[in-house]
This record gives sequence, C-alpha cells and structure tokens, in this order.
Amino acid sequence: MKPAPFEYVAPRTVDEALDALARHGDDAKVLAGGQSLVPMLNFRLARPAVLVDVNRVAGLDGLAQADGVLRVGALVRQRRLERWAAGQAPLLHAGLRLVGHPAIRTRGTVGGSIAHADPAAELPALLLACDGAVLVRRGRGERVVAAGEFFVGPLLTVLAADELVTETRWALPPPAAGWGLHEVARRHGDFALAGAVAVVTLRGGRVASARVVVFGCGSRPALLSESEAVLAGRAPNAALLAEASRAGTAALEAHEDLHATADYRRRAARTLVARALADAVGRAKDQE
Amino acid sequence: MRSHLVRLRVNGRAHEATVEPRRSLADFLREDLGLTGTHVGCEHGVCGACTVLLDGEPVRACLLFAVQCEGAEVTTVEGLAEGERLHPLQQAFWEHHGLQCGFCTPGILLAAKVFLEENPAPTDAEIREALAGHLCRCTGYQF
Repeated sequence: MKPAPFEYVAPRTVDEALDALARHGDDAKVLAGGQSLVPMLNFRLARPAVLVDVNRVAGLDGLAQADGVLRVGALVRQRRLERWAAGQAPLLHAGLRLVGHPAIRTRGTVGGSIAHADPAAELPALLLACDGAVLVRRGRGERVVAAGEFFVGPLLTVLAADELVTETRWALPPPAAGWGLHEVARRHGDFALAGAVAVVTLRGGRVASARVVVFGCGSRPALLSESEAVLAGRAPNAALLAEASRAGTAALEAHEDLHATADYRRRAARTLVARALADAVGRAKDQE
Repeated sequence: MRSHLVRLRVNGRAHEATVEPRRSLADFLREDLGLTGTHVGCEHGVCGACTVLLDGEPVRACLLFAVQCEGAEVTTVEGLAEGERLHPLQQAFWEHHGLQCGFCTPGILLAAKVFLEENPAPTDAEIREALAGHLCRCTGYQF
C-alpha cells in the first residue's frame, strides 16, 4: 500500500511543467489534487517514474464569469468552487456536494477530475451538461476541446502525455433555466452507480431547450439526444418525461461490475433521468 | 531516488526533515515525528482515519506526500488539547461515549472541528453528510 519509488519535480510555471512532461513523456504523471492518482500509486496500479507536482504552478487558479461563460483554472479546488457556486451556480453547487467528502474536496481539483475522467464522477458529467470545454496546453501551443470530444473512455481522454489541462469553461444554465441532478450511490460521497443531470428552459409552457446527461453507466458521460428530441417543443407533463427518460436510456451503454449489473444501471438511469427532468421543469421559469 | 528537504509546522512547532518523495504525510507524522494520533486505515482516501488539517482545512494525510507540505501548517489530533485541557469536542466525545476503540476518532474530531466552525448549528442531516467520509466499525453510526 505504498507507492513504488518515483522522482519528484515541482515546477513553478506552466512552461516548466510542460517542459517536464515533454522531457519524460509516458514516464511522468501530473500530480494535482492527488485524490484519484495517489490511491492508484498506493495500490501500485500506476507506477510513474516521475511525478510532476503542479500544485505550485502559478496562474492556474482563476475563477471568473463573463459573458455567460465560467472559466475555472485547472487548479481550482473542488471545495472552493463548491463555496463559490453556493450563491452563483446551484447546479454546480449541488453536484460538488456529491463529490467525495469535504477532505477530498479540499485538495481535489476541478481540472484533475476532468483529466482523470472517471465515468462515475460528477464533474465530467456536469461539464458535458453545461456544454463545456477544456483548455489544453502543450509545449508548442494550446487547443480547446469540447466536453463531448474530450472524454474517450474510462479514465481515458484525448490528452497526450505532454499535455496539461489549464482551464475548463462552463456555459452555466441561465437564470430562467431549471436544473435537476440525481444519483444513486451506496453511501453519500461514493462514486455514482448511475446519475443524471438535466437542464431545461421553457417558453410558452413548452420545452425550449433540454440537455440531459447520464453518468456512472457507460465508459464516459452520455448526452441523451433521444431524450432531448422527445422533449423539444412539447409541454412537459409526467407522461412526456417518462417517455423522454425511456427513449434516452433504452439503448444506454452500461457496464457491469461488482456494484451493479448493466441492467440495473440502465433501469436506475431511466428513473434518475425522469426525476432530474421533473426537478428541472419545476425549477424552470417559463418565458413567454 | 532523490530525497527532499521539507520544512513545515505541526501543531505550532517547526520541523525539518529529509524524506523520500513517496513518504505520505500520514507516515511522516507517525514515523518521523512520532505523532501516532493520525491513523492509517485504507490508504486510498475512503475511511477518513488519516484526516488532519492542512492550513486549517481537512485533508487525507494518506493522499498527500510530506514533500508537498513545504511551508504548511498541519494540525493533528495531538494539537487539539491545550496541555491538560481537552478541546471541547474531545470533552464532549468523552462525556457522550462518542468513541470505543478510538481508531476513527482523531479524523472525526478534526473534521468536526472545522465543520462546526463553519456551521455552528447544523441539522442532523447536515452532520451525517459532513461525517459521511469517516468509517467507524465500533459505534454503530448511521449514514
């Protein structure tokens, strides 16, 4: 339960960090919050020769909202975003309260959770629900990757070994939008066996926009375009929400493990989608 | 593997040591400083027995390396009492039978201290959520 030996470097700037990653390539792992990586080191599931500790890198902890986009520096701690979101972004606040426990969130970072890409994690799903993007830097430049393209599979993203997530960008639901978030976990703070996020806007008593994301089921968070298609332009009642949740989860990719079968995950997801949609519709302010 | 010098304060006292980078803060506190009040349970952040305060906030000492704590102020359970005078939380746990074997207790005390400073009048539900990250085998807590 102790890590294999590693060399340790603690760069002070993004350029220094990128240099270290470029130099060591696949032999190096980025250490940010450590709440996902260090357990893997302790279990020896990962044995990087070099740990690049980015916690001292300057300039990665910005938190600012402008023109409807929230920009979160990769090193912003989950607990800090949780506190910020309490007044400003209720969906993010609700989601962050479900991430581990306070002691985990003191160190865990928003960028780290996104880069780690656990399919049962809340933050990747919330980023997808908020039509988000990831700012990635490497030695020779940077790119912006939409959330829908960033997550490839379980613990797998498009990040190359010499790349660093520096920021995530979130299109927070506008004030008139309603949101819902439900998950099933055996204990508060556990990874979700299944979870659903819904964001809905209403106009003239009908659904103007809907975004539904399921997490914990498949290899990455899933945008339920079938649910969205059922809802578009229709007046939301219980029957419609049931139809939307059935349509979106009928062919949902779901995996089996010691915690739950694929069938359980799919059925749980269907119920959670319906509940999240009901909450979202209830919270939405109808715009005439 | 290169060792690193780390300087930090623990319970108000300055310490300096040379450690392997893979030395966890939990093991550093226990083995290098002899402060065995911090317990090692699961070593993957789930059980909460290793919880200490880093610059006043709760963290899992099993998921931090000592080298990462350069310049930091760490508080362990040993830092709660003032001489012979128990911290009010320790006193309350004692009076209300809030522990049996005591393995989970240091982590819970430190987490509860910070929680109550932020939320001095919590509901039962808020308390359960706040302490959900601490596993206790003896006292039959509910979650």
